[in-house]
Order: sequence, then structure tokens, then C-alpha cells
Amino acid sequence: MTNTESSPANGGVIRLHEITKAFPGVIANNKVSLELHNAQVHCLLGENGAGKSTLISILAGLQLPDSGTISVDGTPVFIGSPRMAKRLGIGVVHQHSTLVPGLTVLENLMLGEPGFRKREKLAIQRLEELSDLLGARILPKTPAAELGLGQQQQVEIAKAMWTGTRLLILDEPTSMLTPSAIDALGESLTRLTARGLGVVLITHKLREAYKMGDCVTVLRGGRNVAHLSVERMATMDEDSARAEILRAMFGDELADMDDLSEAEEISGATVARREVSRIDFSSAPVKLRLDSVTTGARSMDASITDISLEIRAGEILGIAGIDGHGQTGLAEVVAGQQNAFRGVIELNGADITRLGVRGRQAAGVRYVTDDRLHEGTVANLPVSINLMLKRIGEAPFWRAGQIDKKAVNKEAERLIEEYTIRTPSPATRVGTLSGGNIQKVLLARELGEGSQVVVVNKPTAGLDLKTVRMVHDVLRDFAAGGGSVLLISTEMDELIQLSHRIAVISRGSIVGMVPNDGPDTAERVGAFMIGGAEDGAA
Amino acid sequence: MAQRERSRGKAALYLVIRSVVPIVLALVVAGILMLTIGKNPIAFYTDVFNNGVLGGNWQASAVLMTPLLLVALGLVVVFRGQLWNLGYDGQFMLAGVFVAGLAPQMMTHYPVWAVWIGLTILAVIIGASWTLIPAWLKARYGTNEIITTLVMSSIGIGLTNILVQYFFQDPTVAEPTTGTMTTAQMLPNIPGTRIHIGFIVAIVAAVVLQFVISRTSFGLRLDIFGSSTKAARHVGINSTKMIFALFIISGGLIGLAAAMDIFGQWGYMRTNWNPAYGDMVVPFVFLARLSPLGCIPFIAFYSIFSTGGIIASQDSGLSSKFLLVIVALILIFMSITEYIGTKRDLGQSYLPDELKEVLRRPFDRIASQGARR
Repeated sequence: MTNTESSPANGGVIRLHEITKAFPGVIANNKVSLELHNAQVHCLLGENGAGKSTLISILAGLQLPDSGTISVDGTPVFIGSPRMAKRLGIGVVHQHSTLVPGLTVLENLMLGEPGFRKREKLAIQRLEELSDLLGARILPKTPAAELGLGQQQQVEIAKAMWTGTRLLILDEPTSMLTPSAIDALGESLTRLTARGLGVVLITHKLREAYKMGDCVTVLRGGRNVAHLSVERMATMDEDSARAEILRAMFGDELADMDDLSEAEEISGATVARREVSRIDFSSAPVKLRLDSVTTGARSMDASITDISLEIRAGEILGIAGIDGHGQTGLAEVVAGQQNAFRGVIELNGADITRLGVRGRQAAGVRYVTDDRLHEGTVANLPVSINLMLKRIGEAPFWRAGQIDKKAVNKEAERLIEEYTIRTPSPATRVGTLSGGNIQKVLLARELGEGSQVVVVNKPTAGLDLKTVRMVHDVLRDFAAGGGSVLLISTEMDELIQLSHRIAVISRGSIVGMVPNDGPDTAERVGAFMIGGAEDGAA
Repeated sequence: MAQRERSRGKAALYLVIRSVVPIVLALVVAGILMLTIGKNPIAFYTDVFNNGVLGGNWQASAVLMTPLLLVALGLVVVFRGQLWNLGYDGQFMLAGVFVAGLAPQMMTHYPVWAVWIGLTILAVIIGASWTLIPAWLKARYGTNEIITTLVMSSIGIGLTNILVQYFFQDPTVAEPTTGTMTTAQMLPNIPGTRIHIGFIVAIVAAVVLQFVISRTSFGLRLDIFGSSTKAARHVGINSTKMIFALFIISGGLIGLAAAMDIFGQWGYMRTNWNPAYGDMVVPFVFLARLSPLGCIPFIAFYSIFSTGGIIASQDSGLSSKFLLVIVALILIFMSITEYIGTKRDLGQSYLPDELKEVLRRPFDRIASQGARR
């Protein structure tokens, strides 16, 4: 746990040679070779499903490659468990928070420590070192639940570096961060590489890859399709680098698009603009009304206080905010999964406060949850059943309590075709599908017959760019058809592209409402976020 | 298409292997244990087979199988919902004592068949009602049902002994027992066999439960509830209702097991008698992957093993508790097989890295020396 151990020698390299990993029906990594040098930020670009996550889980010891070798400074190594990865100095900052909310920062950091006794003094000393290194002030005794998002991420990085890391892997670190927090992250990374640490930055946003990366590798369909070395990156200007990366990311598909700008837009290379058409607020009827709704849940994410809002027919209302500030509570109270402790919820003027999930489902209130894998679907049940999950027991799919498999399959096949869900068959277990296809299953289920108001919670998190585009189109079409959408998102770009108005949620309350009508929307939303939440950006 | 069928066949074969391997390994290791204490395992297993299957002995196995299968079904239902009703002994005994205690008296007043039906229903109700407190505590406060059902089980067993001694005591005998049914008062046999019709009830119950689980909306809701409570909430399944329903069905089936066993096999009950059927079937319920029909072969295997094993262990001078050793071995090997199977499914390596490192090191050294030369 000393400094000599944790500061790696310059010039060291972790070499992945022809890594191949296949899953049933898909080759996630096909002879991928990479060289990860110390003191460099190596950007790994690619759509979701390109094989980035698999490659990372192999490096992190979560999965074994089918073939190929990994060597550290020339010595072949075998990474069969996360513990081994840790011993080699490979630390991963996962996309999702791995902090235990009930424990303090220090306790979270010390979780993986070997030995019997808690050596707190040493730990505090180490945390101070890391804080300096990261350029962030991290208070050791703060409960993890009270950290702002930017701080949380700093702690995650500190945790990954805790046991002396030579290679730090950041999996999509920027999607939830505000612009200023992204800048802070960039500064931290510069400081780390200056100390000789290697960094792998995984992202699907081109402009960040260019800004932060020393070199860029692009994966597509499990293959390593392009590599811009440090030397080439230095000689290229931003435009030519961008064009080359885009060509690598989309390949032949680029020909199908109108011009480069469409590819740029969906790959996050440019700044987002509003893309929904105007609606007439005076004539559109109010679909959903929340009047001072309060819930009594214990966790901060699940409880809301005194929220009042109205969504009109055809409107997409965005909810911006730092993750974990009551978004789940708001979604659940509308969907009926949580009771309103106080307040009234109305649909088309009728009180639905007392209706449960199934009652609201029947009335036309639908909910596309953000927890696609554990809440929205049952992984070990087939696609067909998952599409019917909210219509269990209803005719014509169930007759006299008995399932009519033919009817279920027919309806499933119709939805699979309509939403272009890629699945071998309706009988395939939903857990084997890709994230994008699982999301399509949810959308097909929730936006179907009789849907009037749909709550979508982080609808595009972790999806590949084409699916993101498809989800956006589906939501826009739904609104254009007179439906109302409550769009909860932590992606600022998405909110600006889709929403008519954006409300900012903080600590379970709506702290501001911004009409999405000009180029300064992002800044105005950001101002409410910073004002409302205690220094989330660190 | 053909490929998918082949892979499905492969998956099924894999499941069978994963279920049968622990039993085979347990029998092998038990054989080694027998060798170390100077017994002949081949002779023992042959003896088990002779006394459990041959010469009409399979019929005795079928009689034993009746309560075992019904208890197993009762466990399948709750286990599928990820609820752990371990209070099967108390539920069984309490239901049984009312059957044994009331039947002899009632049969002097009412037709025998009416008493069979009436008391069977009563047994189902008692078995079910003994789960209500754990179910309520679980639904209302999230109290761990393993603890509450175990506590309720102890209370139930104690209550059973009190009932035998103070309420249902047969005045004509000195030992604390209930009255005894005559052969004519007990369940009739399937014609041409020595197996009482309770066996048919058990098989029918398995078929019905299989249908409910695989074909009805309730079965689907149950599976969703068991897979993920979050998904269940999302879909609008009322967890309180579900918990009560599962516990009541479970306790009811265990009560039914008690009624069939008392009416079919024993005809009376005495204090300090506890067949502890549930303890025997738990591993097999898991080996059957919580499938009602899948339980049938496993429970049949155990019934044969138990029927033949008791005689075989007497013949060879082993304690009859040796059967429990084999059940325990099955549990151990099941855990290991599951561990390896899960690792395999996840595509992870079976051995810890440290061990592999140690094993690799000498080869690495040889390789690097070779390279230097």
C-alpha cells in the first residue's frame, strides 16, 4: 500500500493479443488486439454492442476470453477473477455506481481490503493522497448516499485506484455529468497520466474522445476497425480525425445516411438542438396532472415532495436532474407502483390517485422503467411472455385462466415485427437479447394499445446509437399522435432534442421549469441543477 | 431450426446430467465410506434394490412415496416464489394429529367415506392455517420466514404431543397414543396392489400443480414473483396476496400429505413420532429444479432407497441413520455441481487464480529457460 507500489513505471504496456470471445449467437470480440501504454489516455470508441464492455470485463477478470492472450510488460498473465485484475493493478470504474449508499466514503473504499483489522488511519492518509492526485476534495466520513454525482464519480475512481492501480478503466463516465463536471474529470485524468498511470476511456461520444484521448481505437461488430496512434492524433486536426473516426464507426452504413452530419449528430459529435415541433399550449388539453404529490419512501431516489405538474396532449415534458434525486419516485408514483402519501393525480381530469398499477395500466398510464433487466423484464422468461407481462390473465391471451400460446405468439410476432426486435424467436429468453432489443420489448409493451401517458425513465441509457435514434423517433411519434410523455433523463442532449419543456428535479422537488425555446436552454437547466443540488459537480 | 432443436436437446441433457451427477457421486462416496468401516457397498446397494423394488417391495416404496411427494409439492410451490417454508414438520404433525385423533370416534357416527373427505379437508385447513402467522409477518414486516416457520414448526410439534396425550388419548391403552383405525376404516388399496389410493391423489396433485404452474396466469405470476420482486411490483402483482396464497397452498398440500399418510399407512398417531418427511425431500425438490412432475422420479428414487435401505442397513449392521449421511452427501455434491455449473454458465474458470498461478509457475519457468537457450 505504499507509493512505490502504486506509481507504475513509465513505458509499461498491457498488451491484448487477438482476444476472441463468443456468446451464443454473437461474437462479442473477434481477434481484438490492443496496446495500453502507461501515461496515456486510450479512448475506446464504438457503439453499444460493439464489444467494448466485453473487452473490459475480460481485462477486469469478470470473463475469460475464448482465445487470445494478455501480457503485462511482456509477461503473459491469466486474469481469471477480479482479484487477479486488482493484483495486476487494473482498476475499473463501472458505468453504474458500485458504492454502498449506507456506508461512508472511507468504508466504501476499504471494502475490498484484505486482512482482519480495519486500519483507518492508513486509509485516511491514502485517501488524502488520492484526493490530491484527483484534484478533488473527498471527505472520508460522508455517507456515500449524500455525495453529488461528480463527487460520487471521484470516489469511484479513488476506489478503482485504491490498491495501487497502473491501469484505470472508465466505462462511459461522462453520460451523466454536467459540462463542468466533464471538464473536471478531464483535468483529473491529465493529472493521473502525468503520474504515469494508463487510462482507458470508454465512450460513444466523439467530441469527448477527441478532447480527452491521446489515442483512439474504434470497435465495430466486435472487431478492431481503426486505430489512431498518438503520433497521428497529434498531426490531424479535429475535423479530419472526426471524419476518419466516423467512417470507422459506421462503415458502410455511412453511405445510407444523407451526409456526414447525420452520423455526427447521432454519435454526439455536435451540440444538441431541439427536434420536436411546436405544440399549441392553449388548445391542447391537460392529460396528466399532479397536484402537490408527496410520497413517504425512505431513500432519496424514491421519495418526492410536493410535486405539481401538468402534461398536455402531444407534449414531451423533460425531467432533468442529477441521478438519484427523486426521479424513480416520480416515475413510480405516476405508474402506481408507489402510493401518493399526499396529493392528487389526475388523468384527463379523472382522479386516479387510488388506482394501482393494473388499474392505471388499463386507464392508459404506462411506464418504461430504467431498470430494464430486473424490473422491466424477467430474464428467464421468453420474449413473448415479456411482451405480455402487463396483460397476464387478459383475454384473448388467457382463456378461463389458461394461456393460449398461439394467441400470445401471434401478438408477440406482430410486436416483434413492428418494433424490429431482433430475436431468434418469440420463445427466446429475453435475458439473452442485447440491451437495445430489450428496450424495444419494453417500448412495444408500454406504447401499445390504449396508451395515453407514458413515463420513460432514462430510455436510452446504454443503447447503441441506432437504437437511441429509434427510441427518440418512437417517443416523438407517440407525442405527435396526441400522447403525453414524461421523459426522465440524465442526458442533457436527449432532453434538449426531445422536450417541449424541461423541469429540473432536485432532492425530490421540482426546482425550476425551463421552456425549451432557445440555444441557452442547457445553461438555464444547468443553473437550476447547480442551484438546487449541493455541489454535484464537485 | 434443426440446430435449435439439437441445442435444446443438449440443454435438456445437460439439466439431467446436472441433476443426476450429485446422486451418483453421493452413492460412490457413501460406498467408499462403507468400505472404510469394513462393509461391502455392492452388497449393500444390491440389498437396497432387492428390498426396495423386487418381490413386490416396490409397493411399500410407493406407499412411502405418497406423503413424500405431497410434501415435496408443497415445498415446490413456495420455493418457486423464493419463499422458504421450513415449517413442514409442524404443519404435517398438527394436521395429522387431528385426523388420527378424530377419525376413530367420528367413524362410529358417520359413514367412513364422509369422514375421509371431511377430515382430509380439515387437515388441509390446519396445515394451511399454521402458515398464516409466518405469511403475515413476512408480508407486513418482511420478517424472515425461515425463522418464523421453524419456530411455528416447533410449537406445532409440541402442540401435537399435548393433543395426543390430553385430548385424543385412547383410554384403552397405557401408552400415549390416539385411537387406532381398523383396516376397513383406512383408505382402500388400488385393486391388485398393497398401495392405498392416496398414492393416486399424490400423482394427480403433481399433475394438477404442473398444469397450474406451466399453463395458468397464476403460475406465470408466481414465476415472475419468484424471479424478481421488482418485476412483480412493476407488473402490478400484489406481493401480500401472493405471499399468503403461496404459504396457504404449501401448508394445505402438507396437510393433505398428513391426511393421506395417516388414513393410508398408519391409522393412528403416538407422541414423539415425527417422520420428518420434509427434511428428506428438500434436496430432491431442488434436484428436480422445482418442477412438480420432475419431483416424481427423484422422490421415487428416495422412497425405494429408504424402503430398501432400512432393511439393508439392518442386514449389514449399519445404523439406519446412514441413509441421512447419503442424503447429506447428495446435498454437498449438489452444491458443488451447482457452483461449477453456474461458473460454466458465466464462462468463468472453475479454479481460483492463485491455485492456477501455482500450477503454471513451473511450466512458465521451463518455457522461459527453453526460450533463453
